[in-house]
Amino acid sequence: MRILLALAALRSHRVRTALAVLGVAVAAAMLLCMVMLSAGLRESFRELLLARGFQLRLSPRGTLPFDTEATISDASTIVQTLAAQPDVVTVSAVLGAQLHVEQGGEGVTTFALGVNPAAQGDYELLEGRDAKAPDALVANDAFLAAAGARVGDTLTFAAGYDPQLRSFSGERTMVVSGRARFLYLASGQSAVALELRVLQDMTGRAGSDEVSLFMVRLRDGADVEAVRAWIQEHVPRVDAISTAEAMQRVDERLSYFRQLGFILGAVSLIVGFLLVTTLMTVSVNERLGEIAVMRAMGVSRLHVIHQILLEGLAMSLAGGIAGLGLGLVTARYLNSILSAFPGLPEAIDFFLFQPRSAWTALGLLVLVGVAAGIYPSWRAATLPIAGALHEEAVA
Amino acid sequence: MTPLLGARDLRRDYRMGRRGEVVQAVRGVSLEVPRGDYLAIVGPSGSGKSSLLNLLGAIDTPDAGELSIAGRNVVGMSDRELTDFRLRNIGFVFQRFYLLPVLTARENVELPMAEAGVPRAVRRARASELLAYVGLAPREHHRPTQLSGGEQQRVAIARALANRPALLLADEPTGELDARTGEEIIELFGRLNADGTTLVVVTHDEELASAARRVIHMKDGVIVVPREESPTRRIERE
Repeated sequence: MRILLALAALRSHRVRTALAVLGVAVAAAMLLCMVMLSAGLRESFRELLLARGFQLRLSPRGTLPFDTEATISDASTIVQTLAAQPDVVTVSAVLGAQLHVEQGGEGVTTFALGVNPAAQGDYELLEGRDAKAPDALVANDAFLAAAGARVGDTLTFAAGYDPQLRSFSGERTMVVSGRARFLYLASGQSAVALELRVLQDMTGRAGSDEVSLFMVRLRDGADVEAVRAWIQEHVPRVDAISTAEAMQRVDERLSYFRQLGFILGAVSLIVGFLLVTTLMTVSVNERLGEIAVMRAMGVSRLHVIHQILLEGLAMSLAGGIAGLGLGLVTARYLNSILSAFPGLPEAIDFFLFQPRSAWTALGLLVLVGVAAGIYPSWRAATLPIAGALHEEAVA
Repeated sequence: MTPLLGARDLRRDYRMGRRGEVVQAVRGVSLEVPRGDYLAIVGPSGSGKSSLLNLLGAIDTPDAGELSIAGRNVVGMSDRELTDFRLRNIGFVFQRFYLLPVLTARENVELPMAEAGVPRAVRRARASELLAYVGLAPREHHRPTQLSGGEQQRVAIARALANRPALLLADEPTGELDARTGEEIIELFGRLNADGTTLVVVTHDEELASAARRVIHMKDGVIVVPREESPTRRIERE
């Protein structure tokens, strides 16, 4: 009977209830977006780091991977040292550089990665063959579009270019053997990947055997922190960063995002709370006579409290469920805008939907719905029966 | 024999206005209502009739005095005890009907029974039976807005009878009805009393008052002329 009364009371003012539910839905959508935002970027980044199973990254001492142009020399020795660690399964040495290609009278500059194709964790091959020959490289769509090239084309690349003399250095003719998607590069950034030794030759870094970073994959169940400490002890020239530590650094950098998400989420909850409280208070004020008569007939205070709380809860739940759908659509739209920011990896999502996010948002709304009904239900339950009936009669 | 309702020296003051001026609404009222009685309380506006009815119905608490209903002393009961006591012992009929507009006539009648924990099937049957008693069997699925004033008041009377109360209290039950509809309610009250319901009615309606077995007059918060049923009237009724 209480549920019937609560729902009937909401149905009796359909337009008002619909508008309130819509208001709660907007607040819920905003809340969901904020919950998704606060966890999304972090989770997305974590998934990205672990996408190829490399748990450790080694960069020149005092730097982060590709933060500067600093390099690590004598890479082969380091690879041998790392391979001696029993928990290390794969070591991928990576050199980053710029390459230029002259195509149809137009110069195209692209980012190039020198890797060991058998052990690399930077790209996934979409078409053709991997760059497993000294004259082969794989390229992404952005490069192929900029250079007007296709898989199978032969192009001449150069590691250096003097714009005043219009002369190239470190030139090499190579075949585009495959098309690839680079995991850590920004969307739209053109890139190619070739054998590490070839890129070192082209850039003049073969003699000192320089690389930009190492990616290290450990066996399942290995203690990442213990291996990291071992590496720091045996290879003091590098900074070893575990995924957990990288996440910690990301967390520090994303703290503004989380604070923004927290504040906006709290605001949306407060708006929802005030909306439902206001509506419920108006509804109770309109029904003082009815409530007083119910109490006179012997309806308990608890029944009155339950009924008003149920009304608030029903409104919050309906708004919450509608808001989840609205929030997902909004998050997808906002994600498409934010993901296009220059410099961000293509695979990064700002808003990541997780069932936990939805349950969190819905749970918070349920709490808000209950809390919003507290004042109006208290007012209704403590109504002086005789006084309310007298005022109604006078009115 | 113990009366169904016994009030002794009931007093109720209200504090009004910013200065908290005291208005003595009920000033030492004593009365007894035996089982099966039909008592009308009449008097001018502001005489304290409704305030007295609120005290007799245990929806307001006296500042002083004693009140027992169905053998229970209701003064000093907690709110929870009073609520349960009203639910099982007292039925109310108000001038403005106060039916819940979101419920049908039958659901309105079912409400006190649902609160008392009566099983659904039982309360539905009883609600239908009561609506038939007040002549509204065909309208049980209608909402209050689809009923006339007289019909709404009859639903309110059926609702007041739902838990078989020992005492039925009515505050100006014909106040919002036209003369003809008022007569129907008066006739219904007479039938209820004849069937054993104890009634206390506050009214300005002389016709309703004259239908009662006893009439008491109130003025300035006190009973001024307790008027027993005249011998002529008793003969007429019998």
